[in-house]
Amino acid sequence: MMDSIQKRLLEQIADLHDVPQGAYSLRVNGSLYGKNDSENISIVKKEDQPGIDIFIKPGTKNESVHIPVLLSQTGLKEIVYNDFHIGEGCDVTIVAGCGIHNSGNAESEHSGIHTFFVGKGAKIRYVEKHYGEGDGNGKNVMNPTTVVIQDEDSYMEMETAQIKGVDSTRRKTEAKLAAGATLVIKEKIMTHGEQFAETDFTVDLDGEGCGAHVVSRSVAKDNSRQTFLSRVRGNNRCSGHTECDAIIMDDAQVTALPQIEANHVDAALIHEAAIGKIAGEQLIKLMTLGLSEKEAEEQIINGFLK
Amino acid sequence: MLELKNVSYQTEEGKEILRNVSLKIDDRFVAVTGPNGSGKSTLAKLIAGIYQPTSGKIYLDGVDITGMSISERAKNGISFAFQQPVRFKGITVKDLISMAAGKKISVSEACSYLSEVGLCAKDYINREVDGSLSGGELKRIEIAMINVRGTKLSVFDEPEAGIDLWSFNNLIKVFRTMYERTHGTILIISHQERILDIADKIVVIAGGEVTAYGTKSEILPDLLGAQAGCRFTKEAE
Ligand SMILES: Nc1ncnc2c1ncn2[C@@H]1O[C@H](COP(=O)(O)OP(=O)(O)O)[C@@H](O)[C@H]1O
Ligand SMILES: [Mg+2]
Repeated sequence: MMDSIQKRLLEQIADLHDVPQGAYSLRVNGSLYGKNDSENISIVKKEDQPGIDIFIKPGTKNESVHIPVLLSQTGLKEIVYNDFHIGEGCDVTIVAGCGIHNSGNAESEHSGIHTFFVGKGAKIRYVEKHYGEGDGNGKNVMNPTTVVIQDEDSYMEMETAQIKGVDSTRRKTEAKLAAGATLVIKEKIMTHGEQFAETDFTVDLDGEGCGAHVVSRSVAKDNSRQTFLSRVRGNNRCSGHTECDAIIMDDAQVTALPQIEANHVDAALIHEAAIGKIAGEQLIKLMTLGLSEKEAEEQIINGFLK
Repeated sequence: MLELKNVSYQTEEGKEILRNVSLKIDDRFVAVTGPNGSGKSTLAKLIAGIYQPTSGKIYLDGVDITGMSISERAKNGISFAFQQPVRFKGITVKDLISMAAGKKISVSEACSYLSEVGLCAKDYINREVDGSLSGGELKRIEIAMINVRGTKLSVFDEPEAGIDLWSFNNLIKVFRTMYERTHGTILIISHQERILDIADKIVVIAGGEVTAYGTKSEILPDLLGAQAGCRFTKEAE
């Protein structure tokens, strides 16, 4: 049985109250807690290193896979390799996420290396949430790496969110797109206290007619620091768009380094980056509805990161 | 119910925008009019607490509210529809209406407020109040929020701006309904003759001062006379 802390972590990262339905793999405190295959989805534990291989049969539709990771034991550090083999023509949702509860004084760290092989014409939605908590002095560290290899005409949507309690994170995402493939990345980050978050995207638009949108929205509070790096390379006739929109508060620091590189005459690339504090008129409007300044600020941030 | 006593407002750079404005509003539907740049929006912001007067006092039902914050005034019964509505990323029409109501309200309730301002509710309820809405749509949502609040004083700053002529008839209806339903006071800044026409009293502001205040039969002939004169002069040129 999972204890109440673990259940709460699971709820935070996956909106689940207990082990999920359908295919899943649940990792708790450094080892596989349980897994389940479905008719079309099989999960195989790796022999040579920690992690799993997830095989999704071609043509699998309207199914989902959950692979949450929970850490509630202080001082645990792990690197996990998860590979997703998504067959041609699939239409599936993959929900990953990591929740750390660290009540001790040692640093807890989870680094997941997720590789997606997206088959021809497959459509996947990948959702990843990171959450940390704990009353000790031990830091919660997460350094996820995502590698995406998209075959022709495939579509991948990746939503990542880190809203609370992660002290330090370096997120690395690399993608390579074949002809006609589309990648949409939506990232949401909120940092507070002394936290640090860095995201680093590299997208290679290799195939003809492929396209990518990388959109990041973030809020940096207190003394926290954020860095947003994104590199989109257009190596064929393609379209690429990266956008970083950050709200800065208190003594926080935000750096945005969007980079676009066209290596083909028909590569259409755009980048946008905006960093600023909450607009005064937004606060005023909500205060004229009876909200206090603090409540107005919360509503604006909640909406922004919704 | 609302009273301004010798209210003056200067910008930080020392520019005088309103000079010694004294005004007692005890009618339920009062229109404020006057040329562009005369200080009408500034007056509304002083009432809502967005600006603090350089000197003078503001009273609501006999209570001195001059030192109250925007939020306190809102809680004490003042609503303010901006001339230029504010956009928010991620906040939906329903969120804003709930915030205006001060509680979670049902979708059907929220919808009825939207329908009243001529927005087909189900198309709008989940829309973000961001750049994807037109100026006219934002103005209507702004009015709906004031309607939801139903406070004892509602201040509207040029609500007709950006709303087309056909909808304008409905807009007049919105204010009529509000007038009949709430027992509060409606203060509308407007250039529209038809709004001035339904007002109990009209305040004229020019150059930062109240230059006239009275019933429409006292005020309108002069106002329209001045406009007619202009038109005549133009034609004569
Ligand atoms: N914050 C400010 N700083 C400087 N000038 C201002 C400020 N706010 C308003 N004004 C000026 O004060 C005058 C009155 O403005 P406003 O109240 O918006 O007029 P109205 O609403 O009647 O058109 C205008 O000349 C405007 O440019
Ligand atoms: Mg104005």
